[in-house]
Amino acid sequence: MAESLPPIEDPLDAVAGTGTPPVIAPGYTFGSVTDKISAIVLTRKTSIGWWLGFLAAFGIVNVLLLALAYLFVKGTGIWGVNQPVGWGFAIVNFVWWIGIGHAGTLISAILLLLKQTWRTSINRFAEAMTLFAVACAAIFPLIHTGRPWLAAYWLFPYPNTMGIWPQFRSPLIWDVFAVSTYATVSLLFWFVGLIPDLATLRDRSQSRVGRVIYGMLAMGWRGSAHHWHRYETAYLLLAGLATPLVVSVHTVVSFDFAVAIVPGWHTTIFPPYFVAGAIYSGFAMVLTLAIPIRAIYGLEDFITMRHLQNMAKVMLVTGLIVAYGYAIEAFVAWYSADKYELFVSLNRMTGPYWWTYWLLILCNVLTPQALWFRRVRTTPIVLFMIAIVVNIGMWLERFVIVVTSLHRDFLPSSWGMYAPTIWDWATYVGTIGLFLALLFLFLRFLPMISIFEMRTILPEAKVEESS
Amino acid sequence: MAKPPIYGLLAEFDDPNSLVAATRRAHAEGFRCMDAYSPFPIEELHDALGGHHTRLPLIVLIGGLTGCVGGYALQYWVSAMAYPLNVGGKPLHSWPAFVPVTFECAILVAALSAVLGMLALNGLPMPYHPVFNVPRFALASRNRFFLCIEASDPKFELESTRRFLETLSPREVATVAD
Repeated sequence: MAESLPPIEDPLDAVAGTGTPPVIAPGYTFGSVTDKISAIVLTRKTSIGWWLGFLAAFGIVNVLLLALAYLFVKGTGIWGVNQPVGWGFAIVNFVWWIGIGHAGTLISAILLLLKQTWRTSINRFAEAMTLFAVACAAIFPLIHTGRPWLAAYWLFPYPNTMGIWPQFRSPLIWDVFAVSTYATVSLLFWFVGLIPDLATLRDRSQSRVGRVIYGMLAMGWRGSAHHWHRYETAYLLLAGLATPLVVSVHTVVSFDFAVAIVPGWHTTIFPPYFVAGAIYSGFAMVLTLAIPIRAIYGLEDFITMRHLQNMAKVMLVTGLIVAYGYAIEAFVAWYSADKYELFVSLNRMTGPYWWTYWLLILCNVLTPQALWFRRVRTTPIVLFMIAIVVNIGMWLERFVIVVTSLHRDFLPSSWGMYAPTIWDWATYVGTIGLFLALLFLFLRFLPMISIFEMRTILPEAKVEESS
Repeated sequence: MAKPPIYGLLAEFDDPNSLVAATRRAHAEGFRCMDAYSPFPIEELHDALGGHHTRLPLIVLIGGLTGCVGGYALQYWVSAMAYPLNVGGKPLHSWPAFVPVTFECAILVAALSAVLGMLALNGLPMPYHPVFNVPRFALASRNRFFLCIEASDPKFELESTRRFLETLSPREVATVAD
């Protein structure tokens, strides 16, 4: 058994002599990095695969539009929500999408502050993923209000004709502020990161339309040293602001539950456990997207095995935190000697929705343990499958939290069951279509990897001064 | 004084090291009205140009404090003055419940100040700038490094400045039309 395995041929191991594993394959120059990434947008022919993918996603967007139109005509009665399960799919999907967004901010802000240079080739599309996920998330609470055209005065403090103001003691209002701030800051962060690359596209575009559009978006960026200095300061400050923000967002989302007195929700572990879960699901989604994208666009030199490995490790760690959360929930339910809490825990494991709980444990706790093995972390296809499983698991987690807690609360006379309808599914699948359609447009029209940051990680970018 | 017919002289370099070295030489030579252009941020350049600290952090701090105070004031005014509502017997000024929104407002205004402040201090958007008149300047966003000594510099004199730039071994020196 002790026979040693042959050394794994590992692209991570070292550019000769330096001892640091490469985050970019050797042999690239400022010019070739620029050309390779900008060619995807500017010169490469739009592939048939892109058209098929985009049209399929766009078709699903139309399912979403149909579901929303019917919802606005008939009202939320078309969904499976009822008394006592008033939250249903809308809130499950909201929490799932917003959680997915968190990995983008983590990669772009927190890893920047921690000087993790490997983030460079994945931050751009992870940030785009954040934006699109937040866009999908924002749909749900809005349509869950039932009359979204009236939601403005429930949610936003503005002087309306009725003299009514929002209730600032409610976590639901905190959520409005947290999510809208998060969406705005994510957009700013992403756009600021894009400015120098938009200038590159402006200068390299062959068509007049391209030059005009990219030129307007680049706002006349010319790479002046004084500009770069302020730019870097602004970018770092934004990262510093986005870091506590991203932690606050899922904390506030967890307050939506934890501040309520419903057994299974009213617990202090929710904020950290929600934040860890968000990062967990977000990294799963980044892997789900990065693995096919790097294969299809031939970007293995930029998104190397080191990136996949590191993301797998982040998933493993956050997955363990989430598993700890599940364990503590069950432990505290018993240790608190609160019979309602205990009942909810047992009901989750053995009640009518027992299979969702055990499927969740299978997806979120057991499957990711495979990531302990180096061979698993270095095999993209296996990593991709694990990421999909985790995506499903994290969706199930929100389903378990929302539905099992609500369907059995204090009074047996108010117990009920929840089943999603075809319209619930259409809306959920529709947002996945929206997410993918936006992603396809992004891949086609904007550089999916930050070109200027890739230049900075080339060895020749280092200035050596002899003083 | 009549507008100078040219904006300045633009020297093109192959790599960041030559640009930083050239900028230091030009600064030592006494040139002050100049700018360096590169396809990615180079920390040393700012220093070589004799740049000052940016006021941006102060702007962001002021923005953050404004958001913080404004967010809290909004909630206080709404909950205690404009629309007093008894919720579960809590006091009208129930400050712990106001913390999350105050925090979010502070971050929001600080982030907006960072981006708008950066753009404003950089004078962007600026659709036209003379350096774009040099066709090769399009490479400043790809793989070339430029130093521009501007005609507004008191020491600028077309022929002698060109000769000086030639001594820095650039790829070429171009005249920038204004």
